[in-house]
Amino acid sequence: MFDFSTVTTWLHSFLMQTCGMAEWGAILTESVLVALVIITLYAVFAIALIYMERKVCACFQCRLGPMRVGKWGTLQVFSDVFKMLTKEIISMRQSDLFLHNLAPFLVVTASMITFSCLPWNQGAHIIDFNVGVFFFLAISSIGVVGILLAGWSSNNKYSLIGAMRSGAQIISYELSIGLTMLAMICLTGTMSFSEICHDQYVNGWNIVRGHVPAVIAFLIYLVAGNAECNRGPFDLPECESELTAGYHTEYSGMHFGYYYLAEYLNLFICAGMASTIFLGGWAPLHLYGLEAFNGVMDMIPGAVWFVGKTFFVVFLLMWLRWTFPRLRIDQILSLEWKYLVPFTMVNLVLMALCVAMGWTF
Amino acid sequence: MFVILAVLIACSAMATVLTKSIVRAATYLLFVLLGTAGMYFLMGYTFLGSVQVMVYAGGIIVLYVFSILLTEGGKEEGVFKRTVKDASWGLILSLVGFLTFLGVVLSHPFRSLPLSAPSETASAVTSIHSIGSNMLSTGDNGYLLPFEAVSVLLLACIVGALLIARKR
Repeated sequence: MFDFSTVTTWLHSFLMQTCGMAEWGAILTESVLVALVIITLYAVFAIALIYMERKVCACFQCRLGPMRVGKWGTLQVFSDVFKMLTKEIISMRQSDLFLHNLAPFLVVTASMITFSCLPWNQGAHIIDFNVGVFFFLAISSIGVVGILLAGWSSNNKYSLIGAMRSGAQIISYELSIGLTMLAMICLTGTMSFSEICHDQYVNGWNIVRGHVPAVIAFLIYLVAGNAECNRGPFDLPECESELTAGYHTEYSGMHFGYYYLAEYLNLFICAGMASTIFLGGWAPLHLYGLEAFNGVMDMIPGAVWFVGKTFFVVFLLMWLRWTFPRLRIDQILSLEWKYLVPFTMVNLVLMALCVAMGWTF
Repeated sequence: MFVILAVLIACSAMATVLTKSIVRAATYLLFVLLGTAGMYFLMGYTFLGSVQVMVYAGGIIVLYVFSILLTEGGKEEGVFKRTVKDASWGLILSLVGFLTFLGVVLSHPFRSLPLSAPSETASAVTSIHSIGSNMLSTGDNGYLLPFEAVSVLLLACIVGALLIARKR
């Protein structure tokens, strides 16, 4: 299995010895490099996801999707990005301009920090605390503030309603996400993402080890994660037929672009978390007793496994989105509070029972 | 790093008090709380820092903004007039708070007992196991009593909310 920490230790020693930098200088350079890599990956994945969304949506609606710009429409998203960058940013009268401009940055910062929590490969974790899962949940809750502020500072009734719906929905569904993650932490016994992944590399994927409660947790996580990203049947905050575009109606140019970016990356982060916690992260597929097969699987680098699994979950979420019609706000909230929360709590107890009795693989 | 965070916290705290708009005050308060979380991370208290972000930034501030939006306090006509009476009460209370703080700082023996942050010591990492077992133990470092007290408080909150929101 390729260990990415060889690259990082090599870089560190290269900066320290060959370039003769001090310790703090080397760390500063590495931090800047990592930040650049993260921002680039963020943009690249956003472009890939937007293209994928258009194609998948077209496929489900028996259309072709973007076809004109470039071969199979591959350059469509790039031209959209340039259009967005050159658009004028309109500032409105009688609204709080400071908060109006601040809100997209809060949303995109929260999503970027959570993005850097993802474990890409063995030894390639950017933020890896001993309480990583908890930190992830904490940071992802900051984005709600950005959405609420965006709705309020737009000085627009529709935006405000969109923001309130979005806030209520995200706060409620955070509960299910937290509880399902807690059930899986109960199984792994650690909250650090690197240890969770390594554990699954050694012992097998969590969804197999935890069998029934893990599968239930995975399904609930998919539903709650879809709601958390304001997508799929839960895209009430921006349902265009009622609220024009919800909380980002009044935004234009790149400020709107940030929301768009954050929305797609939240989808990716949600899927990445699912693949980390349930499907093994960078851990390759191992079948018990087939040593040759496992050896071949180990040859594929962990980053490929991680991105592959994540895009599989992304595809599942897109499938959901383009299949089901939109719900009403009271239906969304009652689904969460009356069905998902009790269900996840029972599931948590079931998982604890399984772990305590040793009924796991 | 400490200086950056300290300046951020101090400036945002001043801005929170001085601003006229109540939603802006809530936003500045968010930065104060995030800066405090940053301090915890700087000292290596990752669990405490995450709790700070989760509870204050993700919970309390969202609750504030929500209640401001729901009660329409966000409109500009809601700006209240500061009277001399209010200001003097505030002054007295903040003076008392400041004196208490000063007393605690000055009476603490900093010189004789150098504090070391967990990030500087060898056994830095608080494991989840120790947090969990301390939370539910009745021993020396046990937090069972506060834990149960908080759960009773939360139960009271739930019952109160149900009582207010019930169908009549």
